[in-house]
Amino acid sequence: MKIPVEITVNGTRHCSEVEPRLLLVHYLRDVLDLTGTHVGCETGLCGACTVLLDGEAVKSCMMLAVQANGRAVETVEGLSVEGELDAVQRGFREEHGLQCGFCTPGMLMAAHDLLRRSPQPTTEEIQRAINGNLCRCTGYQTIVKAIQNAGKQMRAGKPSAASSRGRR
Amino acid sequence: MSQAKYVGQKVLRKEDPRLLTGKGAYVDDVHLPHTAHMALLRSPHAHARILRLDVSRARALEGVLDIVTGPDIRGKLGKIPSAVALPDLRVPDHYLLAIDRVRYVGEPVAAVVAENAYIARDALDLIEADYEPLPVVTDPEKALEPGSPVIHEQWDSNIAGTYKLESGDVKRAFREADRVVKIRLVNQRLSPAPLEGRAVQASYQQGEKLLTVWAATQGPHSQRARIARLLRIPEDRVRVITIDVGGSFGSKMNVFPEDGLAPFLAMRLGRPVKWIETRRESLLATFHGRGQINYAELALNRKGRILGLKCRSVADVGAYLQMLTALIPSTTVTMAVGCYKIPAVSMELTEVFTNKMSTDLYRGAGRPEATYILERAIDSAAAELGLDPAVVRSRNFPKPSEFPYTTPTGLVYDSGNYQRSLKKALALAGYQKLRERQKRMRKQGRLLGIGIASYVEMCSIGPASASPAGGGWESATVRVSPSCKVTVLTGSSPHGQGGETTFAQIAAEQLAVPYEDVTVLHGDTAAGPQGTGTFGSRTTAVGGAAVFMSAEKIKAKMQILAAHLLGVRPKNVVWRNGKLVSKTNPRKLKTFHEIVRAAYMGKNLPRGMEPGLDATSYFSPPNYTFPFGAHVCVVEIDTETGEVKFVKYVAVDDCGKVINPLLVEGQVQGGIAQGVGQALYEETVYDENGQLLTGSLMDYVMPKATQVPQYLCDRTVTPTDVNPLGAKGVGEAGIIGSTPAVVNAVVDALAPYGVRNLDMPLKPEKIWKILRSSRAGVAGC
Repeated sequence: MKIPVEITVNGTRHCSEVEPRLLLVHYLRDVLDLTGTHVGCETGLCGACTVLLDGEAVKSCMMLAVQANGRAVETVEGLSVEGELDAVQRGFREEHGLQCGFCTPGMLMAAHDLLRRSPQPTTEEIQRAINGNLCRCTGYQTIVKAIQNAGKQMRAGKPSAASSRGRR
Repeated sequence: MSQAKYVGQKVLRKEDPRLLTGKGAYVDDVHLPHTAHMALLRSPHAHARILRLDVSRARALEGVLDIVTGPDIRGKLGKIPSAVALPDLRVPDHYLLAIDRVRYVGEPVAAVVAENAYIARDALDLIEADYEPLPVVTDPEKALEPGSPVIHEQWDSNIAGTYKLESGDVKRAFREADRVVKIRLVNQRLSPAPLEGRAVQASYQQGEKLLTVWAATQGPHSQRARIARLLRIPEDRVRVITIDVGGSFGSKMNVFPEDGLAPFLAMRLGRPVKWIETRRESLLATFHGRGQINYAELALNRKGRILGLKCRSVADVGAYLQMLTALIPSTTVTMAVGCYKIPAVSMELTEVFTNKMSTDLYRGAGRPEATYILERAIDSAAAELGLDPAVVRSRNFPKPSEFPYTTPTGLVYDSGNYQRSLKKALALAGYQKLRERQKRMRKQGRLLGIGIASYVEMCSIGPASASPAGGGWESATVRVSPSCKVTVLTGSSPHGQGGETTFAQIAAEQLAVPYEDVTVLHGDTAAGPQGTGTFGSRTTAVGGAAVFMSAEKIKAKMQILAAHLLGVRPKNVVWRNGKLVSKTNPRKLKTFHEIVRAAYMGKNLPRGMEPGLDATSYFSPPNYTFPFGAHVCVVEIDTETGEVKFVKYVAVDDCGKVINPLLVEGQVQGGIAQGVGQALYEETVYDENGQLLTGSLMDYVMPKATQVPQYLCDRTVTPTDVNPLGAKGVGEAGIIGSTPAVVNAVVDALAPYGVRNLDMPLKPEKIWKILRSSRAGVAGC
């Protein structure tokens, strides 16, 4: 039995029929071919699958695709516009906030979620905000710096694609 | 390289734009049409005889395409290979699927292929398996006792292999010592746990008889050879592609059953087959690291000079041997004296089978264990002798003038200045003031601890002479295209370290071309020259050296060609700002573009010169390199909760010449965090029945952002002459230094409670119990 769903992903509306048990992350990766969102643990503990659902960070391995019916999802693929990195992506690049890159899409989305709520976060605030996102490569310090750097860029300049689409 | 434009600079990474935009290509991101998905049925028992395996109901499930069990593939597929690292090593048959007996929880028993991963997992539930449980042994010391269950019935005990090394007059050293310190040190099992688990996807083109395997591996060429041997097909009919890998830490420098099964089933089915490891599988059935118990004895005089070291080690190798399982503990033996002058050494190692997953490479692989033994024993000795632990270390370093320094274990340390790195780390930490602060705080009942660790590690693995199988080199092709763009093809396989960036820096620097004009291609056996792999902090020091050599060859050819075009002798032409200029008449010059054009036109070449402009080099290092450093960790223990809080963390590492400081610091910081993980949080735990208790990230605790220190990283630079770059390698430095530094700090903090030693991980509960029992009037530990 398949169920029809209508999910807006990165501003584009998608109508699909999915198995009720299909995880949102598998819907994004395997149905829409948006493979930027990664699966790291399937238990909501590593955060590699973090996406924004109606503007708030959620772990897409802990949700069914059908639960996202009628809602808006933002993934890493929606961050840069016309090939230009957004402020958070630039922050990560400049501060060497990634190594293998597997946790990175989730980190970027968690960072967006934080910066939208708190444009000038303290170090402790950032650490708490990414506590649900594991990174095995960097030791986190450069990620914290990356998010601070991104906050600075965002306060100084243009809004990102994801934030301009914003909350519905 | 007088005025380096790229080498030594904080150049931003080439890898980042694709990884930051979700356009990386990890194995699971490669979607081939008609791909079927594999799932494995794994043993729920740690030791059992398989009585019955009925796959008929599973086979009948709609969407199931194929199922194989051990007996189905016996004789058709090879076995998991193991390097014979010890002379008396017992290598048990290690089939891809268990034949009639299982020896650890998670051992693959059957492989299912279905239309999608969901159906494949459904099918596993429909396989009926009956087992007759057998006695289990998980504790390596119990496994050595007479009467222990024997895991491999063809042998009379669980001993996998032994290794002894003795050098110098050990008896005399211990006879003449003022003090002998004895300490039992447990280096617990850890899970490498990269964020991306293992992954393999295979597709077979029947017409070309070509098997293409997308593999999450640290060494595509090595993996190609292993897969070909498992499948018994010629190596040149296998192509391995590895584009992005989500971390490895040693766990992907090996061949596992799934690496043979997915290609086998793809060939059998005529459809691509993909297998993506789940997290539970990663914790259960990707090998573990460490797993050693060391009984160390250190003989010292009263001034703290080390006279001798004895160590008896028991290494828990698990049920089977993976490729390097037996080798890792022997590396601990080889590195026994670390960064100290220890004239007499006796090391005795026993490797033991247990009913658990194998151990094998995990970041540092044998070297962190060696460092942990020394650094913990020295702190214990300093406490017993009433000496400052920094002073004891200083008194035992070889002097800079003594390098190259030959150790009693037979290694030749290339270069070093251990005193300098320790001094710098202590100065950055403000060591003397910290000790004063510690005294003041102790009076207030507060527990401040200062931990020091000095280390040396063995990198750029390795000289061909060091291994019976030889090898240990890397290669690189550098190609200047007719459009003047440069392509570097490498057989080494960076997977997060940023090798695309460092290799491009090296090529751009040597050829004086813009960094943006260099493309680095790796991870494709059909494209790049033969390589070994990225492990053991060797990629820059060995693979980078090959890039350097190829660039040099191109420059030499361009110089001869320019001289020919200018009508002067080659020795009278020099490189200046990316152009080749006549020494005698600076107005006579050829631009890079002009020379490249001439090389490809091929109309006017010196006699005997071939057209084109590329070069391939193999760099075979004459020795290992030996990076070193000193870490200082400062913690305060919450006396109410037992929680360890970081006050300060200083790391001074010396990895020789630095190609990219940004990346070097990234490696160090990440390594420190992993060492913090081992010291405070991580442990792979089995119960006595051999059930894994840490089968999810809820139970296997990797450090989070709030659980790591703020790192203060600095360097000293002591180049090496082992390779033309002067670089030594840095991938494992952080973890080697940080594990003992953190533990030393915690033990130091708890010194007022009489604590001299504690086994990792130092979880709050463990510390809280000490604080509590101490309060009740019982001396801790």
